Amino acid sequence: MVFAQETFTINGIKDHRNLYYAFTHATVHVSPQQIIENATLIIKEGKVVSVIKNGEVPKGAAEINVDGKHIYPSFIDTNSNYGMPEVKSGSFWTFSEPEKIGSQNPKAYNANDAIHANTSASELFKADETEAKSWRSIGFGTAVTFQADGVSRGTSALVTFGKGKANDLILKSEAAAHYAFDKGSSKQMYPVSTMGYVALLRQTYYDADWYAKGGNKAFTDITLEAFNKTQSLPQFFDTKDVFDVLRAAKIAKEFNKQYIYVGNGDEYQNLAALKELSSNLIIPVDFPQAFNVKDPLDARNASFSDLKHWELAPSNLKMLADENITFSITASKLDKTSDFFKNLRLAIKRGLSEEKALAALTTVPASYINEQDRLGTLEKGKIANFIITSDNIFEKGDVLENWIKGKRFVVKHWNKNDVRGTYQLTVQEQKYLLDITGENISSLKYVVKKDSTKLTTNGSFQNDLITLTFTQDTTKKANRVRLSGWLDYEGKFTGEGKDINNQWISWSAVKQEKEGKKEIAKSKDKEESKEEIGQLIYPFAAYGDTETAKQESILIQNATVWTNEAEGILENTDVLLKDGKIAKIGKGLKGSKKTKVIDGTGQHLTAGIIDEHSHIALFSVNDVAVMSSMVRMEDVLNPHDVHMYRQLAGGVTSAQLLHGSANPVGGQSAIIKLRWGKSNPEDLLFEGADPFIKFALGENVKRSSWPMSHRFPQTRMGVEAVFMDGFSRAKKYREDQNSFDGNGVPPRKDLQLDALAEIIYKERFISCHSYVQSEINMLMHVADEFDFNINTFTHILEGYKVADKMKAHGAGASTFSDWWTYKFEVYEAIPQNAALMANQGLTVVINSDDAEMGRRLNQEASKSVKYADMSEEEALKMVTLNPAKLLHIDNQVGSIKVGKSADVVLWTDHPLSIYAKSAFTIIDGTVYFSLENDQKLRQQMNEERNRLVQKMQQAEKNGEKVKDIAPKMTHHMHCDHLNLD
Amino acid sequence: MKVLKKIILLNIILGMISGLTYGQVPTPAKPQSKPILIKGGTLHDGKGLVIENSIIAFKEGEITAIGNDISTEEYQVIDATGKHIYPGAILPTSQLGLIEIDAVSASNDDRETGYVNTEVRSIVAYNTDSHVIPTVRANGILIEQVMPSGGVFSGRSSIVQLDAWNWEEAIIKENDGQHLHWPSKYRHPSWMNPDKGVKPNKYYGERVKFIRQVLMDGLAYAEAEKHETPNFPLEAIKNLFTGDETLFIHVNDAKSIIEAIQLSQEFKVKNIVIVGGNDAWIIADFLKNHDIPVLLSDVHSLPSLEHDDVDLPFKRAKLLNDAGVKVGLTHSSASNSRNLPFYAGTCVAYGLNKEDALRMITYNTAEILGIEANYGSLEVGKSATLIITKGDFLDMRSSIIEHAFIDGRQIDLNNKHEMLYKKFKGKYEN
Repeated sequence: MVFAQETFTINGIKDHRNLYYAFTHATVHVSPQQIIENATLIIKEGKVVSVIKNGEVPKGAAEINVDGKHIYPSFIDTNSNYGMPEVKSGSFWTFSEPEKIGSQNPKAYNANDAIHANTSASELFKADETEAKSWRSIGFGTAVTFQADGVSRGTSALVTFGKGKANDLILKSEAAAHYAFDKGSSKQMYPVSTMGYVALLRQTYYDADWYAKGGNKAFTDITLEAFNKTQSLPQFFDTKDVFDVLRAAKIAKEFNKQYIYVGNGDEYQNLAALKELSSNLIIPVDFPQAFNVKDPLDARNASFSDLKHWELAPSNLKMLADENITFSITASKLDKTSDFFKNLRLAIKRGLSEEKALAALTTVPASYINEQDRLGTLEKGKIANFIITSDNIFEKGDVLENWIKGKRFVVKHWNKNDVRGTYQLTVQEQKYLLDITGENISSLKYVVKKDSTKLTTNGSFQNDLITLTFTQDTTKKANRVRLSGWLDYEGKFTGEGKDINNQWISWSAVKQEKEGKKEIAKSKDKEESKEEIGQLIYPFAAYGDTETAKQESILIQNATVWTNEAEGILENTDVLLKDGKIAKIGKGLKGSKKTKVIDGTGQHLTAGIIDEHSHIALFSVNDVAVMSSMVRMEDVLNPHDVHMYRQLAGGVTSAQLLHGSANPVGGQSAIIKLRWGKSNPEDLLFEGADPFIKFALGENVKRSSWPMSHRFPQTRMGVEAVFMDGFSRAKKYREDQNSFDGNGVPPRKDLQLDALAEIIYKERFISCHSYVQSEINMLMHVADEFDFNINTFTHILEGYKVADKMKAHGAGASTFSDWWTYKFEVYEAIPQNAALMANQGLTVVINSDDAEMGRRLNQEASKSVKYADMSEEEALKMVTLNPAKLLHIDNQVGSIKVGKSADVVLWTDHPLSIYAKSAFTIIDGTVYFSLENDQKLRQQMNEERNRLVQKMQQAEKNGEKVKDIAPKMTHHMHCDHLNLD
Repeated sequence: MKVLKKIILLNIILGMISGLTYGQVPTPAKPQSKPILIKGGTLHDGKGLVIENSIIAFKEGEITAIGNDISTEEYQVIDATGKHIYPGAILPTSQLGLIEIDAVSASNDDRETGYVNTEVRSIVAYNTDSHVIPTVRANGILIEQVMPSGGVFSGRSSIVQLDAWNWEEAIIKENDGQHLHWPSKYRHPSWMNPDKGVKPNKYYGERVKFIRQVLMDGLAYAEAEKHETPNFPLEAIKNLFTGDETLFIHVNDAKSIIEAIQLSQEFKVKNIVIVGGNDAWIIADFLKNHDIPVLLSDVHSLPSLEHDDVDLPFKRAKLLNDAGVKVGLTHSSASNSRNLPFYAGTCVAYGLNKEDALRMITYNTAEILGIEANYGSLEVGKSATLIITKGDFLDMRSSIIEHAFIDGRQIDLNNKHEMLYKKFKGKYEN
């Protein structure tokens, strides 16, 4: 290492020095656990020799007296893009040109342009002194740097923030392998959604494995080769929120990987799930800015979670530490480098220990890249990477110098003495007062006063030399006195200058004793430590509560009970819910002492509403591969989506979350219960539900509203061809998988065909977006050909024309009540559709496909009574029992029957009436919504908002910068929401 | 290539439409020839009055008597025992008759290009043969304000009744108002750059200045004695300053509503109506003090902010009504506008009384549109534009329209949906 530049040609005489220095009288933080006061740190040849209390300066070493200063091992950032070329976003989606379906790169790279496993940061790395300077100024000496492009991002290099040629700066050319759910520069169409990135990465793991086992005979893929090679490195996963962490963790589990996750500062919102992962994290100290909330109309736009996050984000690190979750700290996600210490100190004030903070900046990141032998502490033999600070850096002060590989980088010119204070300034015979103040000794402010009148003053102090100018008086045209001088060993300034008449003069300034400033600072600290911090809420969103809902034993008395069973509608009946199940139905039922009793007099109890076609609680809806069967909605569940709460208010207890209709074969559905308050997406899933998948036909899949599209198919003819091709290949695929005897190269695992094969083998069931009769018939023929059934035609607005055929085929129908004419293929949709299909014996469902309509599904069902005289009991079944049947969960939910899940709704009025509201929405015997609790939550939220708004204004008063609020969208408008139906 | 593809697409679409228009809309009814009397029903007059076991009579299109005790001689009698009688509902700010199929642009005439189209008139594009109209009519909506949209000043609306041979015959009030679409304060990110989030609209101020200029120039123009060369666009807004036409301002944000009203009043616009009005409830006092009515759009919508009351869109009408602001209800989608009565029903579920809610789709709307002298309520001397329903008009559970009359003419309630229903019911029954 010492002779790093041995091989280089030099212009001049070789000047190799041994970089032998002794730093004396320092407080040396050897490691997070070991601090030595009044220590001597000795370094030589770029390495630490020793740290000894009162150690002597050896001969040959130059002494640097750092009395009063602290020395720390310099910080290590394990998530930087330092010195990397800029990554241009792929702009893959535009209406003005045709889609780019395949890989756009002719080289022997991966089939998908978002897989860059072959990228090597050490090949790309070029030092950038401006950026390096900025990193050094906040104490960093080394960083793991990589090209943040795509899903698989290749390898990073471990580099220093020193100056010079990359050869000398790279400490390790392959530090780690990096991943993210990110499109990056790829212009290739697929994937566009988070669930697509998940699928792509999973497929890449399978492909790489297959390639390594001999699948490479047919072709060469240097990306996969690189992918395999880099699996032995530490694996880093960048995330955009805490849900990304949980998402990636599922992949880690599937492929037996240990990821180190780069977080976002919102981890405290999902601590329990993170603790369970017991993974290592890299956490930014990027805290949100306060809002300008002075105008009450504008302040209304501030979202509750943003207000809460503003207050709680600085406590994130403390909360992680309290849970014993290992983390390092990164500065890479900061908007402004200068916020680093401000934020870090705030985190410490919130309870993060200094020891943990230092570990998170030194030993922990060093261990992430297996560099604990070279980096992270100032123990003997380590690389001499350290910083000299003016004070305990976790409390106050500045980084003064940053030494990298034994080389000095001055961050701030510092002075032996702290010159802050009040001076008696004498210029010729004139007496003045000079105040030198400043938060730290490197940025000082100067004020000269004459008889307590402040004069306009400028000053600078560097290398013990001072320059000072001030105006003669306070008039506008006052001339300036200009002084130049030096600091002597006694802390006195003397020097020469020019008076207002440009005559040479001499001057001096003598420090006065200062008064009890420290005490004032202390009492201020005390005041701040009393800061009130709001409670965590579940979920972390509007209508989140400080506690999650609990399962109870509930007795509903004297209600009109719509059983959906042979018993029909039972008047004045009691229903007992226990252990999450319907325990008893009858009259005069009694519970135990603990039973919650609800008087249902005049009210109606029904099974919970089930929405067969929903897109709530999702981070993305569509991906765009023609056959997107590899993507899974369960990878993008959003338990914080307020639409869940709103739908609970409309009596919805379960929903099938479907992929969109951008493609003939869509993604795999997720069936959920609306368990509001859960933070872990997995907790929403309906236990034991069969797997489903979305298919789609017609205008959306042939891209009718996209004139430049050239994606196959463009017609209903092409749609059939896609299915025939897909199922034929899937059939062969499953046969090949089944017949593989373990000898030779295994057949390639293909997630896309896996899902299609599951359909053929009746392990997965279709819900197909469909409108006109021709396409409905076509798909039934395709299914017949492969000997399976279409489980459900969803939308199915022309189902009334082919109800007899659907009945013969065995398909169910899930439709809208009265939507029509929004596009050409629904011009023959009629509100009597559901009733006509039901009359043919089909299981008919009314669905929403819409977060708004989803909260009025009972009313939508009621429209079949209006338009086609359906019986009221049958109408209600269309949103309760029938969807349960189509989703194969009718053994658990859909009717009020002893033994079924206690998923029920108590309505204030006849459940098909527009005047009915849900008084209680209960899932698994747990009250997730009630009118009463809704009022409580509103009040609670209002009070908390008020407290935070007041606090923000106080913060603004205290000098915190605020930003204007733009309203937050209640659902993520992602491009993959394009064809939302 | 691009153009060619579009032409082909257009031809395909046109071909498909013409191939499918096999059915026809029902024949418009002839003028009332015989006096009609409806007895035994519960009459809701639209202004709050309810008469049980009522009698209502009309002759030559005009209501001649309302009460409990009227001689039934000379009348054709309809027994409405157990049923309800309401004024026909009025649908304001609608594109019904301008849009046939949303996604097929060739079938739409609702938005002109450009920012200032004060001179365009929706009435000339109103398609009395639209298949959508009879489906809306069959739900008890008998009158519509046909509204142009697009740009900033979108043009002039007219008020029509929904049973006519052509637009000329449909007219109740021609050129009743001008539609101004107030700029939005915020810009939503394009779906190509969703991460950028909602941003303040930096053109907002500029757009408002632009509107100010139009009103300022328009007022000066209107006040001038004569014009050497008439200015077509300014000519079209002259009536705003006399009060003969109404300025319908489409705006949702609270501050923007205030700004829009103050600006319009500064330039002496006489009649102002706020359309949309999501945030109007916050500034209800201001609206009351300025005597500005609100046409609330889309009761069945989601709260715009995450922390809004879950039922906020359902109760805005009540909040405004309680504060003394006159409210009418409207619907932003032509094809779904047949659900207008259910908007009123939802308002009832969230606190409004039934007759007040009914008023918001009948008499209030008539007043807001300036046609209350003849329409919107059941009163002697007014037009016999009414419906007889099986049950509660506002609750889909029983909102079945059995008879409808426009100016005393009994309307054919058949429509494309009924026809297709019968056709396929027949297919299965045979």
